[in-house]
Amino acid sequence: MRVFVASPLHSYTGGRGEVEGAGATLAEVLADLDRRYPGIRFRIIDEQDRIRHHMRLFVGEEPASTLAQPIRPGQDVHILQALSGGAASAGGQVLNYDIS
Amino acid sequence: MAKSVRRPTRVMLLVATRKGAFLFHGDPARRQWRLDGPHLLGCVINHLVLDPRDGFTMLMAAKTGHLGPTIYRSTDRGKTWQEAKQPPAFAKAPEGQPGKAVDHVFWLSPGHSSQPGIWWAGTSPHGLFRSDDGGITWSGIEGFDRDVVARLNAAFVATPDGPIVHSILIDPRDAAHLYAGLSIGGSFESSDGGKSWRPLNRGVAADFLPEKDPELGHDPHIMALHPLNPDRLYQQNHCGIYRLDRPGEVWTRIGRAMPKAIGDIGFPLVLHPRDPDTLWVIPMDGTTVWPRTSPGGRPAVYRTKNGGKSWQRQDAGLPRRQAWLTIKRQAFAEDGRQPLGLYFGTTGGEIWMSADEGGRWRKIAEHLPEIYSVSAGSV
Repeated sequence: MRVFVASPLHSYTGGRGEVEGAGATLAEVLADLDRRYPGIRFRIIDEQDRIRHHMRLFVGEEPASTLAQPIRPGQDVHILQALSGGAASAGGQVLNYDIS
Repeated sequence: MAKSVRRPTRVMLLVATRKGAFLFHGDPARRQWRLDGPHLLGCVINHLVLDPRDGFTMLMAAKTGHLGPTIYRSTDRGKTWQEAKQPPAFAKAPEGQPGKAVDHVFWLSPGHSSQPGIWWAGTSPHGLFRSDDGGITWSGIEGFDRDVVARLNAAFVATPDGPIVHSILIDPRDAAHLYAGLSIGGSFESSDGGKSWRPLNRGVAADFLPEKDPELGHDPHIMALHPLNPDRLYQQNHCGIYRLDRPGEVWTRIGRAMPKAIGDIGFPLVLHPRDPDTLWVIPMDGTTVWPRTSPGGRPAVYRTKNGGKSWQRQDAGLPRRQAWLTIKRQAFAEDGRQPLGLYFGTTGGEIWMSADEGGRWRKIAEHLPEIYSVSAGSV
């Protein structure tokens, strides 16, 4: 499958925003990515297997809230950064997504 | 072949900021400084330390606004950086129970001189980690979780921005004798290499707690141990400046001798490495709503040469008025040279230095991002 990776993670993927991944669930895809690009998973997922606060994962066009999310053949995975800040009142509010 | 031994002649400043790391290379006279950086531009760098045991290895505590926390290593004095293979992380909680996640690594301490490769890390939320391989892989210290963190969690609600572990100090006479400071939490001591810990807070005020003389829950901002007399400890606390002479157990509030109009609240503290009675603090306004800025808008460093019995103001060269500086706890450093050089970085991105032990100050950098830590290494 295609995995689209946000720019903060490009240091792991050799500068590529689109990489190959394999797995039947998000957990399996992330484990596969970590084998190919060591260290990338921990920057996205914490040690309790929670998606980090400012990261968002999509399977196809649907947001995923758990790593158990199944992935059907033909679906892409998007790893996005949930941008916030720029204003003191933002208070962690998600303002935009950016997969560039 | 062994590296040739060369007496260090230059100072390198290691500056960690909210937006990356910067290295300043001084000439032998410490007059000119060459800026190298930014390194890891955009990363939030809480601490950046040169290993005095080899003079080459550097560790950097980093995260970004989006990504989780990690540690970068350099074995060539900052020319290249590699990420740790297994950064500090808490153990996975049993199924169905909420577990802790490291938000950021706040503090890095090289281990004892007899233990090359050992490093210690303090995190937010409270965690103590150790690496035995120069910072490549890290493991949590179980005894610290049991004796310190569990007790604090049972008694206190964490501060909104997260509790931190800092000031991990190693007794140069005994690698197994450790101290650590926790904000909030207090000062703690281990005599068995971190397997067990006990509070060491008697005599320290905790005005923000309802209990008058609690055993723990205090707020040391930074703590330091003198390298020539490791029985002498100092701390700049949320509630004053203190000294402790071991084996004594009761801290003395030496900040009482500070001018009343200035007070004894601040974040950083620096010891003179050749004189256990000499140290410097940078007071901040800790009144009313805690502005945490230079008292009266007139920045100054205060020095004592008698272990805190009296203090002298040192502000020559610093702005005289309308200068509202904030200096964080890790952003004040000395360079070990003769005469001793002192350096502090501000949250406004300025670095100030004195090449004569605080006698006169000058600004050597500006327009940097918010400075989180400044340390000096001899190269």
